Amino acid sequence: MANNPIIKIESLSKTFGSGETAVTALDDINLSIYPGEIFGIIGLSGAGKSTLVRCMNLLERPTAGRVIFDGSDITSLSDKELRKVRQSIGMIFQSFNLLMQRTALDNVCFSLEIAGVPKKEAKKRARELLETVGLADKEKAYPSQLSGGQKQRVAIARALATNPKVLLCDEATSALDPTTTQSILELIKELNQKTGVTVIIITHEMKVIEQICHRVAIIDKSRIEEVGMVQDVFRQPKTQAAKKLIFTNGDSNEEFAGKGRYLRLVFDGSQTDRPVIANMVLKCGEPVSIAFAKTKMISGKMYGHMLLELPENPEIVKKIKAYLDSEDITYEEERYDA
Amino acid sequence: MLKDIINEIFSAEMLSLVWKGLLETLYMSLVSTAVAYAIGLPVGMLLLVTDPDGVKPNKTINTTVGAVVNFLRSVPFLILMVAVMPLSRLIVGTTIGAKATIVSLVIASAPYVARMVESSAKEVDRGVIEASLSMGASTMQIMCKVILPEAMPSLIYGAAISSTTILGYTAMAGAVGGGGLGAIAINYGYHRKETVIMWLMVVILVLIVQVFQEIGSFIAKKCDKRIG
Repeated sequence: MANNPIIKIESLSKTFGSGETAVTALDDINLSIYPGEIFGIIGLSGAGKSTLVRCMNLLERPTAGRVIFDGSDITSLSDKELRKVRQSIGMIFQSFNLLMQRTALDNVCFSLEIAGVPKKEAKKRARELLETVGLADKEKAYPSQLSGGQKQRVAIARALATNPKVLLCDEATSALDPTTTQSILELIKELNQKTGVTVIIITHEMKVIEQICHRVAIIDKSRIEEVGMVQDVFRQPKTQAAKKLIFTNGDSNEEFAGKGRYLRLVFDGSQTDRPVIANMVLKCGEPVSIAFAKTKMISGKMYGHMLLELPENPEIVKKIKAYLDSEDITYEEERYDA
Repeated sequence: MLKDIINEIFSAEMLSLVWKGLLETLYMSLVSTAVAYAIGLPVGMLLLVTDPDGVKPNKTINTTVGAVVNFLRSVPFLILMVAVMPLSRLIVGTTIGAKATIVSLVIASAPYVARMVESSAKEVDRGVIEASLSMGASTMQIMCKVILPEAMPSLIYGAAISSTTILGYTAMAGAVGGGGLGAIAINYGYHRKETVIMWLMVVILVLIVQVFQEIGSFIAKKCDKRIG
């Protein structure tokens, strides 16, 4: 990534309110996003991820820090200049936000109208876009006549009509069912490959990140905890926040209430082809109890984590660890007292 | 007895009086509604965008305009009519009749219309406005291309309500020299104790209200694309 970032965020902070009721939504955020990549930002609700993406086009004004888009600091622009810049940053939303009184075609035309494209030209371009998102036959339909997935397709067409350099996706698939989510993500991926548009995805769903993102940032309690390639971060999360998020896929970690020494194994999709635990038991000659496990298959690969009760005998523990090392499985020893 | 009444009501003289009154009433209410919207619509939009949660918050403008609107709305219509008589003389050259009534009707109803418009426009989904902002829309574009078209069904529905309210005001104006069906009802029914004539005017007014409301609801429904 030798080239310059398309969006660079420097020591950005955002506080809502003031005095005693002030709430810090973002705290000293630094991020660089490069042209052409699909960058995911994942965090639990309330972590500040939506505020962060809204700071990228200044729908939300940061309290401190700078947002550099394509080399220039947009926090210092005049209203008019900012409006111009916003035409190069498309955005799609969880609730689609289409104009309900306009047809699909006119919705796509809308962003072009704002950019000052002549009507006839706008219509032509809008038709192309609807075709790209697979809705050529729906140009006369009103949003109320479209399904959720179709609405999001119209929204994507509208966001990309002005050929923006960046597409911001704010929980764009969170209101959709799994199959539709899958197809919308495929579409975004395809558009990224075809047009080279940089995509920034805000989500609380691991599977969204796994499916299309190149790099990921983990945001927790208003701070960026970890940034890296998706495989690296998901396979070996370094920070506590990242581990919690990845191991539990964002849901409650309270299901496990054991006591004693445990080994947490992480499955990152590369151990799918062999029976890891069975082989370990055979090789070490010691049966182990599985205290907790949560795994799932994603496109034929197994992801998740598992807690193994560790035997008393330190020799056997050593053997187990050696085996796991030889199999290249990430593990971590944990102790539960409660 | 009954025959006398019927004869009086349907006398050529009475019919032409009622016809003239009807036209005057329609003229006053429709022109007043139109002018009230010409003033109230921009004022309502101004209140909306300068609201603290609006697209372009401006506390000074919002508070000032809001105060004027509230003041005018709290003056009872009959008092307002008398109070604006000098203004009527200045604008239309007279203080009685339909033209003079229109001046006071507009002053009384424009603030009401402004609030109606503001409340209709407030119904537009915040997310849609946000999406427009993200595309780089200006405040003017958001007002003209987003808020007004998106709020259109509600605005039309509001216009039907406003016009019937204004129609009610025209009847009141009859008491202080305004023309129309209201004046006939008061002159014949109240001053000459001809109750039947008064009730006949009331029935005609009720029918006009029904028609205005039905037309408004029909158009509002017709132009609303939210219901498949």
